[in-house]
Amino acid sequence: MGTFSYFPHTEDDIRQMLDRIGVERLEDLYGDVPAGFIHKGDYNLPDAMSEQQVRDFFEGLAAKNTRLKVFAGAGAYDHYTPAVIPYITSRSEFLTAYTPYQAEISQGTLRYIFEYQSMICEMTGMDISNASMYDGPTAAAEAVRMAVACTKKKTRVLLSETLLPNVVKVIETYSRFSGTPLGFIKAENGQTSLESLKAELAAGDVAGIIVPALNRYGIIENFEGFADAVHETKGVVIEYCDPSALAVIKTPGEWGFDIAVGDGQPLGIPLCYGGPYVGFMACREDYVRKMPGRIVGQTTDAEGRRCFVLTLQAREQHIRREKATSNICSNESLMALYVTVYMSLMGPKGLKKVNCLSYGGAHYLHDELLKTGKFEEVFDRPFLKEFVLKPLVPAEKLQQKLLDAGFFGALSTPEGYVSFCVTEKRSKAEIDAIVAVVKEV
Amino acid sequence: MKYYDKLIFELSKPGRCGYTLPENEYGIHLKELPAELKRSKAPELPEVSEVDVVRHYTNLSQMNFGVDTGFYPLGSCTMKYNPKINEEVAAMPGFTGLHPLQPEKTVQGVKAVYEAMDKALAEITGLSHFTFLPCAGAHGELTGLMLIRQYHMARGDEKRTKIIVPDSAHGTNPASAAVCGLEIVEVKSKANGLVDVEDLKPLLGDDIAGIMMTNPNTLGLFEREIGEIAKLVHACGGLLYYDGANMNPMLGMVRPGDMGFDVMHINLHKTFSTPHGGGGPGAGPVGVAEHLVKFLPETVVSGFHGNFGVILRAYAYILMLGRQNLKYAGMFSVLSANYIKESLKDCYKLPIQSVCKHEFVFDGLVNDGSKEGVEGATTLDVAKRLLDFGYHAPTIYFPLLFHQALMIEPTETESKETIDGFIEVMRKIAAEAAEDPSFLKSAPHCAPITRPDETTAARQPILRYHKEI
Repeated sequence: MGTFSYFPHTEDDIRQMLDRIGVERLEDLYGDVPAGFIHKGDYNLPDAMSEQQVRDFFEGLAAKNTRLKVFAGAGAYDHYTPAVIPYITSRSEFLTAYTPYQAEISQGTLRYIFEYQSMICEMTGMDISNASMYDGPTAAAEAVRMAVACTKKKTRVLLSETLLPNVVKVIETYSRFSGTPLGFIKAENGQTSLESLKAELAAGDVAGIIVPALNRYGIIENFEGFADAVHETKGVVIEYCDPSALAVIKTPGEWGFDIAVGDGQPLGIPLCYGGPYVGFMACREDYVRKMPGRIVGQTTDAEGRRCFVLTLQAREQHIRREKATSNICSNESLMALYVTVYMSLMGPKGLKKVNCLSYGGAHYLHDELLKTGKFEEVFDRPFLKEFVLKPLVPAEKLQQKLLDAGFFGALSTPEGYVSFCVTEKRSKAEIDAIVAVVKEV
Repeated sequence: MKYYDKLIFELSKPGRCGYTLPENEYGIHLKELPAELKRSKAPELPEVSEVDVVRHYTNLSQMNFGVDTGFYPLGSCTMKYNPKINEEVAAMPGFTGLHPLQPEKTVQGVKAVYEAMDKALAEITGLSHFTFLPCAGAHGELTGLMLIRQYHMARGDEKRTKIIVPDSAHGTNPASAAVCGLEIVEVKSKANGLVDVEDLKPLLGDDIAGIMMTNPNTLGLFEREIGEIAKLVHACGGLLYYDGANMNPMLGMVRPGDMGFDVMHINLHKTFSTPHGGGGPGAGPVGVAEHLVKFLPETVVSGFHGNFGVILRAYAYILMLGRQNLKYAGMFSVLSANYIKESLKDCYKLPIQSVCKHEFVFDGLVNDGSKEGVEGATTLDVAKRLLDFGYHAPTIYFPLLFHQALMIEPTETESKETIDGFIEVMRKIAAEAAEDPSFLKSAPHCAPITRPDETTAARQPILRYHKEI
C-alpha cells in the first residue's frame, strides 16, 4: 500500500487503530461480509494519475468540445455571469458545507437562502418560495403533484401545448408513475388558447393547469381570463416562467396565479451543458403546507438576536416519510447562491437592462433574418429574447453552416421551425456576422 | 466565527449598482412591449455596489462551517474532503460554456466523460449501465423505482404496486416510493440491527414490486443475509433496489451487483467527493443490471443531461485515486468509524456490539447526569456542545430505531490526530454531562448565535424579507 494525498493514515496510525479495535488486518473489518461477496483484486480502472496528469487529461477533453457563440435558448440561456459569482460561490465555507441542520454554525447558508426566497417572491409576485428544486422541469413536475394535493377529488392536470418540450417530458414521466392523468390545452397562433382551456375545464375533473410565460416559441403569453376560469372550477394555476424576464413582464402574481415555477439558470448560472441549474418554486400563502422542499424562516436565538432556521419541516421526508409532500432532500443550494448573488449585483435596473438588451438584439436579428428572404414569419406575437421562424432553406444545412462559422443557432423545432435566441452577451457585430452567414446559405 | 446581522436588502441605497453592461446599439427598446404584458412595478431587489456584495457574502460565509473548516462527522452524508482539482476541472471554459442542446459532434469531450463514467461506475458497482439524469440521491431513488415499475408494467404484471422498505431506511426511501405511486410495506429489523428475514418472508407475494435496501444499513451494519434476501425477493418476482447513500465503505470491497441488486443510485456528492454545496447540487446516477438497460430511456427525470458539472468532478476523483487507491477510501472509512466506536463506547451507549462499516450509532450518554429534579443531557445537548469545540455535530435522532440516536461517520480523509481530538472532546462532554447537564443545555456558547427558537419559527413563519416602513 502506498500513500495517497487524500488519505492521512500512516502505517503506524493504521497499526494503532487496528489494535484499539482488536483486529489484525484492515480486511478483517469486513469479516461480517460473506466471503463470496468480497471483490477479488483491483477494479478494472485506469491507474492513479498525478494531479497534473488529471488536469492535462481534462484540458484535452475540453479541447474536444467546440465553443460556439450561442444564439440558442430552449430552456438554457447564455446570459453573462459576473466575476463576483464564481468568486463567492467557491468560498469553501459555502461550497463544502451541507444542509444547514445545525443552525448555530450555518447562518451563512440560512441567510442567503432567506434572501433567495425573498428575491424569488419579489420576482414572481408570490408570497412564499422554497429553498430550491433540482431544475425547472422537475420543479414543474413537483408543482403538478402539489396542484393535485391542493384540490380535493380532482385529479387531472392540463399542460399548455406551448410549454417547452423538455418540461412536458419530465412532467409526463413523473405523472405516469404517480398516476396523475394529464391533458393538453391547445395553442392558437402560438399562444395558449383560453377557449380550449374552458372546454377542458367543463369536464369538472381539472386539479390544475400549467402554462408558460415565455413559451417554447419565445412568445410572451397573455393570460387575461385564465385565473378566473380555473379558480371558478376550484383548480390551481401554475406558471412556468423565465425568472430573468419577470423583471419586466407581468408576473404570475399579477395574473392572479397560484404557483410559479421555473429554472433559475438565466440568473447568472453558466450553461455548463445543462447542469447544475436550479429549479425555483413559489406559491400563495394558502398553499405553503403543501409545498415540497426546504424552507428557511426567520426567528431569534436565546439572546433575542435575529437568526434563521430550516422551518415547517413537518412537510418533509425525514419527518413524514411516505406522507411527505415530496421526496426531495438535497436540492441545489449552491446554485441558489449563484442566483442570489446575481440578483444582488444586478438589482432592478440591471435586470431591466439585461432584458432591454436581449429584446433589442432579438428583434434586430429577427428583422434582419427576415430581410434575407430565407425565412417566413410564423407568429405575429410579442416576444422577448427568443423567436421562431419558418426556414425556406433546409434547417439542417442552415444549422451546419452556422456551426461551421462558430455559431450555435437555428435550432430545429418539432413543428419544422427554427428558433433563435439573443441575450445581452451578443453584440450587434456578432448579430451582423450571423446574418451574413445566413445570407450565404 | 462572528455574528453578522445584515441582510443584503438592508445595504440597499437607490442609485447604487453592482453591474456593468454594454450600451443598447439597436435602437429598439422594451417600451415597445404592449402595456398589458408588462409588470406594473419593478421588483424590490437590493441596489448595492460590487464591493457591498462581496463583503456581505464574505461576512455570511464566516458564519458557516464546511469540511474545509473542520471535522464534519455527519452520519449518512459522507462529508469527505472535496479535492480542489475537481473544482478546477469543472470550471474549465471548454465545459462551462457548452449549451446543452449543442450537436453531438461539437461535444465529443463531454461524450467521452459520460461514457467513461458509465464504464467506471459499472465496474465499481457490478451493474451494467447508468443514467446520469437524476440530480440527487432521492431523485435517483425515484428514478430507480420508476425503472422497477416499468419493468413489471412492460411484462403486463400490473398488480406489483407494493415496495418493501426496512424500518431503518432513510426517510427518502418511503417518500420516493410514495411519489412513484407505490404502497410501502415495512419490514422490521431484529435486535442486532439487521433486516429480519423471518419478518420478510410473509410479506413476499405477487403484489411486491421489490425491496429497497441500504447495505451497509443506516446503523452502519452490513446486511449479511443479503444473499438469502435477494434469493427470496427474486423468487417472488420482485427486484432489489440498492440505496447507494452508504456506498463509500463498499468501495473496492463489495459490489451491489454481486450481492444481487438489480437497480441502484450512487450519490456522487458522497462517495465520489463532490462538494455538498450547503445542500446541493449533488448527482444521483442510477445503474441497472443488464435485463433493465432497455428501460433506461423511459425515465426522463430532468431537463437536459443531469448535473454535468458534478459528474465531471466525480470523474476527476476516480482518475486521481485510480485502480490502486479506491479500495482504501472504503477501508479507511471503516477503520476510522470502528476506532471511534471502540474509543467511546464506555461513555456513550452502543446498542449493537459488532463491527461497523463507515458509520455507527450511539443511543445517547451512558451517564446523562440526570438525578432527582435534574433533567439529563440529551443527544441534542451533546451535538450543540460539540459546536463549541469546532466540530460539526453528527447526525442526530436518526435512525428512528433509537430514541437518542447519534450517528457518526468520520470518512477516510481525517487523520488519526483529528479523530483523537474528537474522541477527547466527546469524552470531555460526557464528563460535563455527568457533572452538570444544564451546562450542555445552554450550549453552544461559542457559536455566532445561541439556540434558535424553532417553535416560533414554525408557528409564526417569517419566510421572506419585508422592508420596514
